[in-house]
Parts: sequence; structure tokens; C-alpha cells
Amino acid sequence: MSQHPEAAARFIADNERMAWHDRSIWNARKKRDLASHSIEEWEQLRSWASDIKEHTLAHLDHYLEVFEKQATANGVKVHWAATAEEHNRIVLGILRENEARHMVKSKSMLTEECHLNPFLEANGIEVIDTDLGERIVQLREEIPSHIVTPAIHLKKEDVSKLFEEKLHTEPGNADPTYLTREARKHLRAHFLACDAALTGVNFAVAETGTVVVVTNEGNSDLGVHLGKVQIHSMGIEKLIPKWQDLGIFTRLLARSATGQPISIYTSHYTKPRPDVPMHIILVDNGRTEQLSREHFRKSLACIRCGACMNTCPIYRRSGGHSYGSTIPGPIGSILTPGKDLKKYSPLPFASTLCGSCSDVCPVKIDIHDQLYRWRQIIAEEHLLPKYKTIPLGLAGRIFARGKRYDQAGRIARWWLRRLPAWMVNSRLNAWSKHRDLPNAPRNSFKEWYEQNRPHGS
Amino acid sequence: MKVGLFIPCYIDQFYPQVGVATLELLEHLGCQVVYPPGQTCCGQPLANTGMEKAAQPTYDHFQEVFSGFDHIVAPSGSCVYHVVHHYPVESRPQGKVWELCDFIVNHLGVTQIAASFPHKVGLHPSCHGLRGLRLGPDSERVEDRPDVVRTLLASVSGIELVDLDRRDECCGFGGTFAITEEAVSVQMGLDKISDHQRHGAEIITGTDVSCLMHLEGLIRRQGLPLQTRHIAEILNARL
Repeated sequence: MSQHPEAAARFIADNERMAWHDRSIWNARKKRDLASHSIEEWEQLRSWASDIKEHTLAHLDHYLEVFEKQATANGVKVHWAATAEEHNRIVLGILRENEARHMVKSKSMLTEECHLNPFLEANGIEVIDTDLGERIVQLREEIPSHIVTPAIHLKKEDVSKLFEEKLHTEPGNADPTYLTREARKHLRAHFLACDAALTGVNFAVAETGTVVVVTNEGNSDLGVHLGKVQIHSMGIEKLIPKWQDLGIFTRLLARSATGQPISIYTSHYTKPRPDVPMHIILVDNGRTEQLSREHFRKSLACIRCGACMNTCPIYRRSGGHSYGSTIPGPIGSILTPGKDLKKYSPLPFASTLCGSCSDVCPVKIDIHDQLYRWRQIIAEEHLLPKYKTIPLGLAGRIFARGKRYDQAGRIARWWLRRLPAWMVNSRLNAWSKHRDLPNAPRNSFKEWYEQNRPHGS
Repeated sequence: MKVGLFIPCYIDQFYPQVGVATLELLEHLGCQVVYPPGQTCCGQPLANTGMEKAAQPTYDHFQEVFSGFDHIVAPSGSCVYHVVHHYPVESRPQGKVWELCDFIVNHLGVTQIAASFPHKVGLHPSCHGLRGLRLGPDSERVEDRPDVVRTLLASVSGIELVDLDRRDECCGFGGTFAITEEAVSVQMGLDKISDHQRHGAEIITGTDVSCLMHLEGLIRRQGLPLQTRHIAEILNARL
């Protein structure tokens, strides 16, 4: 089972690092605020994006068929994968068909979700992640801790040490420009040696059969232009109906993600180059099931900007790895329970339901309401721990009767006033580990009211 | 005007002075206030943990206790948000349920309070009031929206409201979250307090005693020169 509270406590124990993590991600949130607040029609854009996604999800079968037809007419080979395993087998099949053994990959959370790298490596394929952050976590044999900035949990000194070990860079040189140049040299060699390229997909336009990939490093284009076969893997929820819809999403995406007005590269792939086969794999892997869940359908509108992570006070203080899921943070906590409710049942509780995620979301996903909904389902499925159900069940019986509640309150306050402070604020009680309990007054408000307003007001 | 006063359970038991301040403030503003004696809790602690079904008898009790009022007012954004947004429609009381400041500004039409509180005050806009009930504009959305809480506070004589670096980040209380995610909850609270301290606040105020209870618990344990006060106590502070 994913144990967020324990992992978060470990993350916080390195207090200085936690504070640095919180600050650097809060900076991304501040940049997002500057970028979004500079656009008067921001809320209008959010509404349009939300409506377009809701419409597309409601007619997903139709738009998938339109997309397939159009892409096929463009000369693209379209594949359908019901599961992660099927997706991985399709990728391997394409690589074998093209006798490719060296694949470069640009950013794709979907292939993380499918665990594509270990599968291909076990089948003799070399996979190189070419997004700098992803390459860093790949070299560390970790998963991304953030969906937009995968190595956000690492300091430049960590990267320097890693590069020294893996890329033989100058010991102790943590200058970001130096490290980036070294990474570029290293990646260039792999680009030039690659015989296949795989990219993720940010948007797929149904009416034109185009896939759109957004990057800041141009690594998607380098791979696609150098590989002898190009593959684009996408979740079926990436669709938007029309070309004209795209502008709404590109305006929202980069601003929400990094505070940039637009990302450096927005690459549109529609037709294969001469003699270079182009494949698009449409992956379900649980999405249809999520679509069938009325309360959680809207989670599929996510455009993976990561703004909910940047804004989340829990994410910033517990780190992406504490969630134990491919997609961390608020959006991950509503997507992942659908995959394995028992395993991920602590995730919807890794939130104060403050609602910041829902308000920052560029497509207006009601994230905090969905977290609340998942909690109800987790309780109904009897997956709540007893230390929650027993005291709260008792509280429920007390709260349902005025007299019972009055008595319980009197008794509790009586004890709290008489017990010695060390016992009241015992560290065995999680509240009191770092917090004092409030003083227990002799009279409740109700008792005061009875004495001071004997005939009502 | 007859108003049903809802005093949430933790205020009733641990912060009766907030209930008194709320009652006196509403009376001062000309309301005829009735406190129905059978009241308990809104049921939020159960429902936020997922136990909505076990909370249903509490919802029914709440509905019964507050039947017959056109307006129900509580000094808590969180409990009001729970009743208004999470109760099943058929369990909601007939009358309109208001957070105190919202009621004063948007129902009574009062924006100036003749109170005096000569202190440096930091406002903690509790999330359920801010983002749930939209008592003011949050930092995420791009909108012009009057801030009922700030409006009332700013009208108090002698008060100096301090600005914060992160004006509306959550304090980390979150109900049972404070216990089950203790480490994160405490860290969020400490960060919140240090933001107020950095900007010279002597008092942290807000619409919700639950957040303030969490912050107060940390402040007292650390022995910091800071206090917490519910907004009703400030608005009810007379010359």
C-alpha cells in the first residue's frame, strides 16, 4: 500500500531540503500567477477549455474514429492498445519491424505509466530519455517526481554528482550551464545514433489527425527528424475536436505549467516524412473505466500542466515520490485510485481539501471535490483503517443526539482540566506531538447561553 | 429579523468566547438571535473522512434543530460550506445558511463595524470560506470579487492589516488530516505562522476557529509572541 504520511514525514525530516523544494515549486506557482493574471480573459479560456474537454469526453468514441480515419488518410499507421502491456508489445513490434535497437524518447508520462523502458530494455532495446529532467531521473533509476519538471526534487549539486559518475563530468562542477552543455553533448551522440524515436502527445486534433507535442528543449523534433521510424504514444483522452480549439489549450498549457506565454517548441506532426514510417498508438489502460465513473470522468480532461502540483501545499512539502504513483500530486490522487483502490487508498487523504488545485486547474477539474468523493468510496469499500472508523463512528452516534453530545463534552472538558499537562499534551497523541490542545473552559457556549439568555435572546 | 445561531461543536466546547462574540455582534447589528439548544455538529469530521453515511443521522439532527429559521448564521466558513455543499439536498435546512461575515455584508448590507482593535493583524482566509463559499477573491483565479472578510476587518478602528508572502495558502489543519498527515500538517502550520511573524503580525485572525486552533496549538508549544482571535472577537471589540 502507498503510505503517503510516512513518506512525507521522511521528506520533511530533511527540513532544509524540504524548504528548498517548497520554495522552488512555489516560484513556479508565482510565475503561473503572473502569466495568467496578465490575461484578462483567463477565466473565459478556462471555461472554453473545460467545455471542449467535457464535450470531447462525452463523444470520445466518435472523435477517436474521426481521428483514426484522418490520421490513416494522412499515411499514419494507427494502433489501438487496451492495456499497458499491449502498448508495450506494439512498440516492440514496430521497432523489430524496422530493425531498430536504439530508441530516443521525448517526454511521455504515458510510457512511465506503461513501464515501457524496462520492458524494452529486457527485450534488447536501448531507450534514452532525451528530456533533460527525464534523462536525469533515468540515470538515477528513479521515476519522475513531477510530470512537467521530472527532476525538480534534485539540486544542481545532486546532478553534478550524478553526471560525474555517469557522464564523467568535472568533479564538483555544479554550474548549471556547464552541466546542461555536457548533457547536450551526451544526448547529441544518442540522437545521432538513434534509429527510432518515440514521443508523448499533448494534444491530438481529431479533424486533421495531427498530434501536437510541446517541449522546451526541442528534443521531440530532434528525435523525430533523425529516427528511421517515429512513434507517438497517447492516452485516448488527449483528443480535441478541431484545429481551432488548439489555440485555447496552448495558451493555457505553458502559462499554467511554467508561466511561459508559450513553450519554446510546439511541434505538430501530421504526415510521415518520405520513407519514415509514422505510428500513433492510442492507449486506453483504464481510461474507459474512469470515463464510466460519473464523479471522476472529468479527471480525464487533464492536460498534464502540473499546476495542481505546484500549488499543492502538501505536494510541495512531501515531494512527488511520496505518492508512490506515476502521476503524483492532486491530479494523481484522483486518477490513481481508479487503478487500484486498495493500494492507493491513502492518496485521496493526502489533502486538506483546500481547493487550490481546482482553482488553478486550466481545464477546471473539480479535483478537491473528486478527492472528497473518493474518500466516500474508500469508506464504503471498507478500506478505511479502524483508527478512523471506530472513533468517528462513535462521534457520529454522539452528534446525532443533543443530550448525548452535551454530556460527552462536559466529561471531556472535565478530564482535560484535571489531567496533568504532560498527559493532555502527550506525544502519543498525534495532535499533541507538536501542538498544544486548547484549554478546556469550565462552561461550553451552550451552558453560558442557558445562564445568560435564560429566555432565549 | 430572527436568526438561528449555529455554534459549531469545537467552538461550543473549547472557544465559548467566540460564540458569545458572535451572538453579541449579531444582536448589536439588530438581529433577534435564537440559539436552538439541541444543536451538536455539522458532521464534517465524519464526511471528510469518507463516512458520509455514518454522518447522515447528524445531518438529520441538524436539519431538525434548525427547522423554522429563514436564516442560520455560524462563525465558521468550513461548517457552513459543508452544510451548503455536501449535505444531500433533502437533508439541508429550509433556511439559508450563512457564514457570519457573509451574512453581515451580503444580507444585512453592513460594511462598517464600529469596533476598535488597535493591533497589527494578519488575516488567515480559511480555504473553505475563501474558495468554497467565495467570501473573497483567491490568488488562483483572475477575477474581481469583493472580499467580505477583509472589508469588515478594514473598517475596524485602529486595526493594521499586514500583507503576507502567501496570502491564501492553506494552514494545514484539514480536519482529520491534522492527525493522519501530522508531519505535513505541522509543517504547513509552522510556515503559515512564520509568514505572519515575518510581516509583524501580533494577532492572526480568520473566519474559522478550526484553523486558528491548529495555529494556536503550534504557537503555544513553541512559545511564540503571537495570538489567535476569531474575527467575531475583533468585530465585537468595543471602544
